[in-house]
Amino acid sequence: MQKIFKGATIFLDRSDINTDEIIPAKYLTEVTKEALQPYMLEDLKLEGFDPNGEELANARVVVSRQNFGCGSSREHAPWVFEVNGVHTIIAESYARIFRQNMFNGGMLAIELPAGDIDKLFGLGKLGRVVVDVDLDAQTIAATVGGNITNFSFAISEFDKALVEAGGWVEFADERY
Amino acid sequence: MGKTIAEKIFASHLRDEPFEGTKVLAIDRVLCHEITTPVAIADLESRGKDRVFDNTKIKAVIDHVTPSKDSKTALQAKMLRDWARRHDLKDFFDVGHNGVCHALFPEKGFIHPGFTVIMGDSHTCTHGAFGAFAAGVGTTDLEVGILKGVCAFREPATIRVNLNGQLSAGVYAKDVILFVIGQLGVNGATDRVIEFAGSVVEQMSMEARMTLCNMAIEAGGTSGICMPDRVTVDYLWPFIQDQYATPEEAVADFAKWQSDADAIYAQVLDFDVSALEPQVTFDYKPDCVKSVAELAGTAVDQVYIGTCTNGRIEDLRVAAAILKGRKIAPTVRGIVSPATPKIFSAALDEGIIQIFMEAGFCVTNPTCGACLGMSNGVLSAGEVCASTSNRNFNGRMGKGGMVHLMSPATAAATAITGVITDARSL
Repeated sequence: MQKIFKGATIFLDRSDINTDEIIPAKYLTEVTKEALQPYMLEDLKLEGFDPNGEELANARVVVSRQNFGCGSSREHAPWVFEVNGVHTIIAESYARIFRQNMFNGGMLAIELPAGDIDKLFGLGKLGRVVVDVDLDAQTIAATVGGNITNFSFAISEFDKALVEAGGWVEFADERY
Repeated sequence: MGKTIAEKIFASHLRDEPFEGTKVLAIDRVLCHEITTPVAIADLESRGKDRVFDNTKIKAVIDHVTPSKDSKTALQAKMLRDWARRHDLKDFFDVGHNGVCHALFPEKGFIHPGFTVIMGDSHTCTHGAFGAFAAGVGTTDLEVGILKGVCAFREPATIRVNLNGQLSAGVYAKDVILFVIGQLGVNGATDRVIEFAGSVVEQMSMEARMTLCNMAIEAGGTSGICMPDRVTVDYLWPFIQDQYATPEEAVADFAKWQSDADAIYAQVLDFDVSALEPQVTFDYKPDCVKSVAELAGTAVDQVYIGTCTNGRIEDLRVAAAILKGRKIAPTVRGIVSPATPKIFSAALDEGIIQIFMEAGFCVTNPTCGACLGMSNGVLSAGEVCASTSNRNFNGRMGKGGMVHLMSPATAAATAITGVITDARSL
């Protein structure tokens, strides 16, 4: 079943946000995804960011800069987003394993050029941004204060197939 | 047109290309540990697909927290143990026989040139030292690997790093890889294989090559990789002697994997490392690298020697040679974790454990423990650790703690003085 790729957006204005910051290793002793729920981005230190704040609690989309999700291969990082309803990340670039883990779980790790990312961060300064992703049209509509700004993005056929199948296990089980 | 070693391995393992640019490879080794595998096991069970594609190609170890420290880690260990027994895995390593995965599996001879290797652990790139394509993956890739023996990759382009010249005494593979990461940056090799070549690599032992490849991921690399040669054959000989009449024959056979002279690279970097000084990280990213001289005098609270980067016998020998007849500073807690039982045993036989203990180190069993702040040496907020591990992220070894990455020689010297110290100055 396809996940939902729209909602309120939180902006994390730093490159190289790593998976230790997304979910610290001390929580890797959990054996269910659901148990990770309270700990999303717990160790991220960023001006104006509160891991226990409402903005994060309400977020369904994360926007960030370069090399998002670097470091450990822990799929606990995409999982902690998943169980908090964050199924869409938009960034300038990703660490390979994190990006693959997102698509393997049927979620979106969208890459946009630096200029578009800057534009999104600019919108974030105007107020609450709601992002709506149209996977078929490969477009993103970002709404703030009633104004809509559109972006288009590229996605590989494989990544799209993973999202449509619901993930890599479903895709591979069918095919191999 | 010539091919790189990674391209040759991809071509020989291609199972499917569902879309242009997506290569689904047959996997020779699916490696498992107790942190990232249990969720895959539970998911397979919930899908009614609790099967393994080949119980000789899947290897498992309990290594991150062992012996278990609490009920949660005991459950993770039990889930892996029960699963390994249920499927009759031929190689499963539990308490008494277990060690850090990326030291243990090579030591058992499981990784050969030309292999494809995946594991739910980012430092799986270590195994590329044997001329294998070895990639860290998430739990979902691991799950499909367990069930189907395949994994999908975009074919990665290769960055060739030629390490030329001759390392000076007191400068090690760890210093080289820290320097290279400093040059590449933490995402300089994303979606790339890093091929390490040149006279310095040719002269390196397998242990040193594993240290190099181990940290390829810290530059974003999918796999590190070294050309299989006589050094590779000598290391693997006890495990391959039934397949080849002579080591020379094995060297000749493995040569088929070597990158062609006219292979195409995304980037070629040439470094003469003859003048390289010992390196150390500062700040919270592994590409924040300076020479030890620049950070000399920085106080530390703990020194940690071990891990999949530098917990091998060569590393312990280097550290012990510096510690011999000396005591560590009273302000420092020293912790050493030999990476496997075999390494621990060799260190005992060679008197290395005695040297560490007389110097004031705590010797732990083989485990990943402190490296990722899970057990056996977690830092408190505000504390600083000199560590031979591979990652210095904020809070990596414990919330609010700071890590400086360095070679075992620098770590040993730092333990003695209590401040970051160039071992050559002692």
